[in-house]
Amino acid sequence: MIPEQLRKSLEARVAHAFSAREAAVDVMKDLQFHYGWLTDEAVGEAAEILGLSRLQVEELATFYEMIYRRPVGNKMIHICDSISCWNAGYEKILDHLKARLGVEVGGTTADGQFTLVPCCCMGRCGDGPLISIGSTIYDHLTPELVDQALEIERLSGTAAPDHKGQA
Amino acid sequence: MEQVLFRHNRPGRVVTFKEYCDEGGFNALRKAISEMTPNEVQQAVIDSGLRGRGGAGFSTGRKWSFVPRDLPGPRWLICNCDEMEPGTYKDRVLLEHNPYSLIEGITLACYALGVRHAFIFIRRGYEKAANNLARGLMEAKEAGLLGQHILTSEFSVDIDLHLSAGRYICGEETALINALEGKRPNPRSKPPFPATKGLWGGPTVVNNVETLANVPAIIAKGPGWFKGLARNAEGAGMKLFCVSGAVQNRVCVELPIGTPLREIIDGPCGGMKPGTKFKACIPGGASTQFLTPEHLDVPMDYDTVAKVGSRLGSGAIIIFEEGCCLVAATLNLITFFARESCGWCTPCREGLPFVKEVLTRIEAGGGEERDIEILREHVKYLNYTFCALAPGAMAPLDGLLRHFEAELREHIVQHKCPFK
Ligand SMILES: Cc1cc2nc3c(=O)[nH]c(=O)nc-3n(C[C@H](O)[C@H](O)[C@H](O)COP(=O)(O)O)c2cc1C
Ligand code: SF4
Ligand code: FES
Repeated sequence: MIPEQLRKSLEARVAHAFSAREAAVDVMKDLQFHYGWLTDEAVGEAAEILGLSRLQVEELATFYEMIYRRPVGNKMIHICDSISCWNAGYEKILDHLKARLGVEVGGTTADGQFTLVPCCCMGRCGDGPLISIGSTIYDHLTPELVDQALEIERLSGTAAPDHKGQA
Repeated sequence: MEQVLFRHNRPGRVVTFKEYCDEGGFNALRKAISEMTPNEVQQAVIDSGLRGRGGAGFSTGRKWSFVPRDLPGPRWLICNCDEMEPGTYKDRVLLEHNPYSLIEGITLACYALGVRHAFIFIRRGYEKAANNLARGLMEAKEAGLLGQHILTSEFSVDIDLHLSAGRYICGEETALINALEGKRPNPRSKPPFPATKGLWGGPTVVNNVETLANVPAIIAKGPGWFKGLARNAEGAGMKLFCVSGAVQNRVCVELPIGTPLREIIDGPCGGMKPGTKFKACIPGGASTQFLTPEHLDVPMDYDTVAKVGSRLGSGAIIIFEEGCCLVAATLNLITFFARESCGWCTPCREGLPFVKEVLTRIEAGGGEERDIEILREHVKYLNYTFCALAPGAMAPLDGLLRHFEAELREHIVQHKCPFK
């Protein structure tokens, strides 16, 4: 169940749209923000608010990179593995992250803090190698800078609201 | 050097609404509304020679002219800020410095097209650009430059932002239209083209950020001036080039269309990274063919780059140094495309993973001579797909086969990557 206030804001978003389903991505993002990931319950609620079937919501949810249909850690770590970051040596950074976090790609750390996933070009190809943790970008990375970034993000772990890579 | 899009830029921060207006911002909109008919605005854009900056390089004014003006029901304009083509970051740099040229450009395009409502489709991860735009839209509205009765005329336009959740295919214009409608963003079949049947079935123009942001200067200073900015006679205007890879400074710069590659590298990029030598580059984002040292003097314009077998694309130049394995680079590119395939049509959904498998095998030293022929055949087969993603994916592979077949063969003969 979502709080009344969230439901109201989602309904207002839908009302602003030309057709209800136009708001689908916004609604999924907000529900995901509330639950931490897009739970089965959230899919049902999105369907109801958007006037779609659950299957139609599922069709959308599984398409987008930033919608998670499985539980993820408190913060997502995305590492760009596209060509300019490849050229800048992202593979070394990925290996370092895997070792530091003790996870494979797609895995969540034992403390539930981070989930590590590769992602497509982040549109910052002059600044690679780079990662995003939650909604913060860390670029021009070296293994030392990765350690610093993880430290900062661990400390701000519970205080700041987590955007899971989106505003 | 004269700057058009970057003219209002301030180092390290976004230009303010007041600064933009003080420097002549929104004068083009004033001029259009008070002195020009919508048709004259369109004609100026045709005459300027402006070509689409999103990749295909189609004449912007001509694209607008395909929109029927006599159908009942609304027409739409969509600004494409998906920018997920690897190597490309120009639209982000522009919008992080100045959202106003785009807002003014969209408004002018809507005036020319008779559009009442426009959308800006923004990729995930561009929050700063989106915030700048959201603030800019409010400021423009408060100043009477947007919304109902712009500058007390009969002309009204609203602009909405759509924040996507990340997927490369959403940049393809018909997939983008599905995404905006809240449908699964698979591409639609063309024809009908969006110009006649697009968003909610209405005539729709899709233009790139950089394309639209050029329109105010064209209207303010005239099409002849714009055309004359290019270095080559056939060219028109300026272009944002965003460079990445093995150069000293990886920068995004605005230069005249037709500037040779060599000047971009040796000038704003400060040359190659110390101790490295130029081996190849991709001139226009991930879906363009490799160029080699013999192409360094090619003017960076649409037709001139096409003549040497590649594309100007988005103007994203990715530079590879001597000693960098281009089989591995191509494998990285194909991996991207295979992952981003939307899965709608079989040749792309099945073909890209297969090509990836063959290249993986070659890079790991397990390739055979006949693999080269297999790759060559796929470059042909994957042209027969539902949208342009798969042909784009084949472009770097095609370049590899044309310019670096020896390097591929070396992997096969040595049973290993010769660079490792
Ligand atoms: C797979 C694919 C991805 C694309 N991504 C983008 C993009 O991110 N931004 C863009 O402006 N155009 C992109 N395009 C091109 C658009 O379909 C369209 O041609 C362009 O937005 C038209 O604008 P223009 O005429 O101003 O260039 C893409 C095309 C394909 C096939
Ligand atoms: S070519 Fe690829 S991306 Fe395009 S429709 Fe077919 S499967 Fe989808
Ligand atoms: S390739 Fe990594 S940000 Fe573009």
